[in-house]
Amino acid sequence: MSIIEVNDLTRMFGSFTAVDHISFSVEAGEILGFLGANGAGKTTAMRMLTGLLEPTSGEATVSGFDVYTQPEKIKQTIGYMSQRFSLYEDLTVAENIRFYGGIYGLSRRAIKEKTTALLARLDLSHARDLRIAALPLGWRQKLAFSVALLHDPRVLFLDEPTGGVDPITRRQFWDLIYETAGRGITVFVTTHYMDEAEYCDRVSIMVDGKIEALGTPAALKTQFAAASMDEVFVRLARA
Amino acid sequence: MRTILFLLQKEFLQVARNRAMLAIIFVMPIVQLLVLANAATFEVRSTPVSLVDLDQSTTSRQLVEKLQASGYFEVVTSAFSVAEAEDALLRSDATLVLHIPPAFEQDLRRTGTGRLQLIFDAQDGATAGVTQGYFTSILAQFNRDIQADFLTTDRLQQAAATTPPSRIDVIPAYWYNPDLNYQTFMVPGILVLLVTMIGTFLSAMNVVREKEIGTIEQLNVTPIRKYQFVIGKLLPFLLIALFELAFGLVIARIVFHVPLLGNLALVFGLAFVYLLAMLGFGLWISTVTETQQQAMFIAWFVMVVFILMSGLFTPIESMPGWAQKLTLVNPVAYFITIMRRVLLKGADFWAVQFEFWALTAYAVVMLTLAVGRYRKVST
Repeated sequence: MSIIEVNDLTRMFGSFTAVDHISFSVEAGEILGFLGANGAGKTTAMRMLTGLLEPTSGEATVSGFDVYTQPEKIKQTIGYMSQRFSLYEDLTVAENIRFYGGIYGLSRRAIKEKTTALLARLDLSHARDLRIAALPLGWRQKLAFSVALLHDPRVLFLDEPTGGVDPITRRQFWDLIYETAGRGITVFVTTHYMDEAEYCDRVSIMVDGKIEALGTPAALKTQFAAASMDEVFVRLARA
Repeated sequence: MRTILFLLQKEFLQVARNRAMLAIIFVMPIVQLLVLANAATFEVRSTPVSLVDLDQSTTSRQLVEKLQASGYFEVVTSAFSVAEAEDALLRSDATLVLHIPPAFEQDLRRTGTGRLQLIFDAQDGATAGVTQGYFTSILAQFNRDIQADFLTTDRLQQAAATTPPSRIDVIPAYWYNPDLNYQTFMVPGILVLLVTMIGTFLSAMNVVREKEIGTIEQLNVTPIRKYQFVIGKLLPFLLIALFELAFGLVIARIVFHVPLLGNLALVFGLAFVYLLAMLGFGLWISTVTETQQQAMFIAWFVMVVFILMSGLFTPIESMPGWAQKLTLVNPVAYFITIMRRVLLKGADFWAVQFEFWALTAYAVVMLTLAVGRYRKVST
């Protein structure tokens, strides 16, 4: 069974259909890029899979748990980093890590060890006792990414994680994503940047709540006879 | 349990990092108690009087002296006609015109009746009424004095000597506040104001703040349980408010010498129940609003109504019937009653049981609403 199974998943807001009968599955360790224009339904779909929003109809399981009946079980097995900032600016780096570690039920010792290891990996050991407010955006994003992985989730959901960061930090960010997928963790990422779509194992493109294309970047370029993902996207969005 | 501890640690760290919050927690009780307890009084001292003494007699001068000596009245202008004195009233230089007509003393001696005219600036009817009360009691005293004075010289002297004037003396005993000290009465109520504002506003602003900065979603995507979240959000402010109460009681005792007759454990126990109700209310506001501004506006609106109708400044007994019925759903009114009774009268639990059950019911309703409104999964 795939780590994420989605079948005819639909979400309505009143008479507006935000997500319209989408179906797909994702395998463990895969990086799935979720593309679409603003308002295409990417974030709504992700919110349903992370147990933040109840679907209107259809079926979906994450890590084998049902989104209707077991949303809290799902939450224990997933990490989530939203486009809105998720760390507390008035707390220090170490305090943020301790807080989220504690919420996920990690022991004090595990939190300590993970904090040291995490800061060393991000090269942020010197910033341990700085408040988040004092850190540049790129550092914060990398930190938020690592905090989302603190409890060793099986799936990591990233909602436009690289919005507003510089190209160098974006590259570093994608290095982190690859490293994560290399450890067998599934990465589900929404993005606006078409160059990032090329880095994904598979790409889904949503238009008006429907998935219009799904496949590897190479396959999609062949299917739409396009030179780049950018072209694929523009063709679909204009159609 | 561990999850709640991590939440508590985080909330306290955030409060400690927030300078404005610290100022509110430590400065507000001192300012509220010292300023409000001294300022909020119904005593009206030094009423500015515009005097029109057309009699210019010994008796009229004695009366004016007596008024001034009481400290409640102060002659600020002397006029030679009522019209002139009314000008002073219009300009707000004086709030009372005392008009002593010509031949006041003469009439008093000849007929036994003297006439005075008082004109009040009664924009604030309560103040005018209180001032009139002072005047009447000073005048009654003055009456007795001049009677004795006149009798000695009067032709009725002989008759009076055989039958001394009969008098009924009333000697009141003022229980629970023998000196009629207004601060003793006000301070317990102001303590209620203090814990109410701290508790309600802090909790009303808290969750909605996490909504604004976006961290609420990060919490909702963790396996944290609803009850853990609610306890983690209520407990810090409950502890802070109880600390405020202790701090305020110390000030009440040391600065205002308020007698703390009742059992302090009972005071804190009842405060705990009251705070559950008010914090639950704050949390509910936090869950139905999207921005701190909205939360602040709603909390403020409701608090003003609750406080003005709580019996803190104006006695509930003097409100119209429908308003008195409204105080039955006002938790602030219950807690003020409790604090006054327990602190000033030394009441035990049974004397405030009704209030206790009312607050308990309130707490249950508010917490149920707040927990019910808080959703980890949107529908």
